[in-house]
Amino acid sequence: MGLLSKKDTKLITDPLADNNPITIQVLGICSALAITAELKASIVMSISVLFVLGVGNVVVSLMRNIIPSKIRIIVQLVVVAALVIIVDQVLKAFAYELSKTLSVFVGLIITNCIIMGRFEAFALGNGPWRSFLDGIGNAAGYGAILIIVGFFRELLGSGTLLGFKVLGDPIEKTGLYAIGYENNGFMLLSPMALIVVGVIIWVQRTRNKALVEDH
Amino acid sequence: MSNRTDSNVYTVLFAVLMVVIVGGLLAFTASALRPKIDNNERIEKQQNILYAMGINENEGSNANFVATTEAPELFTKNVAEQLVLESKDGKVIGTMTREEFMNSNNGKEPYLIDIKKQKSNSKSGTSRLLPLFVGNNKEGKKVYVAPIYGKGLWDAIWGYVALDENMVVQGAYFDHKGETPGLGANIKQRFFMDDFVGEHLLADNGDFKGITIAKGNADPKNEDKTDNEIDAIAGATITGDGVTAMIKTDLKLYKPYFDSLKSQKTN
Repeated sequence: MGLLSKKDTKLITDPLADNNPITIQVLGICSALAITAELKASIVMSISVLFVLGVGNVVVSLMRNIIPSKIRIIVQLVVVAALVIIVDQVLKAFAYELSKTLSVFVGLIITNCIIMGRFEAFALGNGPWRSFLDGIGNAAGYGAILIIVGFFRELLGSGTLLGFKVLGDPIEKTGLYAIGYENNGFMLLSPMALIVVGVIIWVQRTRNKALVEDH
Repeated sequence: MSNRTDSNVYTVLFAVLMVVIVGGLLAFTASALRPKIDNNERIEKQQNILYAMGINENEGSNANFVATTEAPELFTKNVAEQLVLESKDGKVIGTMTREEFMNSNNGKEPYLIDIKKQKSNSKSGTSRLLPLFVGNNKEGKKVYVAPIYGKGLWDAIWGYVALDENMVVQGAYFDHKGETPGLGANIKQRFFMDDFVGEHLLADNGDFKGITIAKGNADPKNEDKTDNEIDAIAGATITGDGVTAMIKTDLKLYKPYFDSLKSQKTN
């Protein structure tokens, strides 16, 4: 690759698989539970985090030599909160419809552990370009899990995908519902997100034994 | 980290400077964008009211407003009257027309009345202003649109309900600030809002009963319009209870007005 060295490419591909923020680092679980009841919300959240983590990592990385270590967590928090609020205000002024969809996520983005985690673990010790790649990679890894969980929860819980009734109409009893299929309402509740994440972790660790910790 | 950034003086200076810069930046963005945001919110209110009146661009299962560019024009055309009722202790003690209200409030339109503020007014014992928008809906029927406001699971929920003179729901729009996507947030989905159409707010004996968002009412298609019940959304019990509560408390205040409409007719 011309643009990215091998080391840089790893920054993006690692979090997608063997160093996934959710399934391996166990960060960002809270929002993965909260908003994955439908696929659309998962996608919106993934894109928002991609943006905030990419830009935030660059900002923190640029400031890394002047941030006093005693208050670095607060500084990071201020950076991400300011970013999110400015984006929210701009959207409210110029893309009002979109901002209404996103408003629910604003609070969840600020408190997302992945963002603070990457600022702390990576951006504080690396240059802007590498921090940017790390941000994009981790946000993509986070988004991938969110979308997988959202896919199964919406499909099995409501029988829809992105709002489309892919399995038929549960009230009119068409499609799969005609032969007695029922939606599993339990899938809509947050504990099931944890179980789906658990299944993903199980599959991942079965395929790659190196990830299994010794006890 | 170098020693320079570890000193207390540097830390304090850094914190102060950061707060000033970030605070200034946020204040600047907020005040620079305020007029645009206000205008967007104003248009949204018009779209909400029009939606409840059945003037919308619904397609399939999606709830769509009229275009933002057309909303102000459609609003003036379709909302013939904006009344402001003054309510105290459950009684309507006065009625203002749009002109009367605007004259005493620096030209503020009645549809911009802050329902949240009015609600806390009535709690503290002062009178509460109840806006009511009168116009013809899509089918040409005269409807009365009333705003309602309450709380869901996480944050505020609100809505607009269009009624005919017998307090039968003709259309409804609900919205929320921060309900859970896929669960409570579904109160603004068509499948939920459409269920309200035709539902009675009054019991058979004419008393105000409201509409309960009921679990297991065994009527998911909502064919029974006089049971004062709507099928609840799975996984959104508390948001549903919030909708029930705001319908009960807020729309009840309008009952005296509708009673007076009836007695005018019979006289």
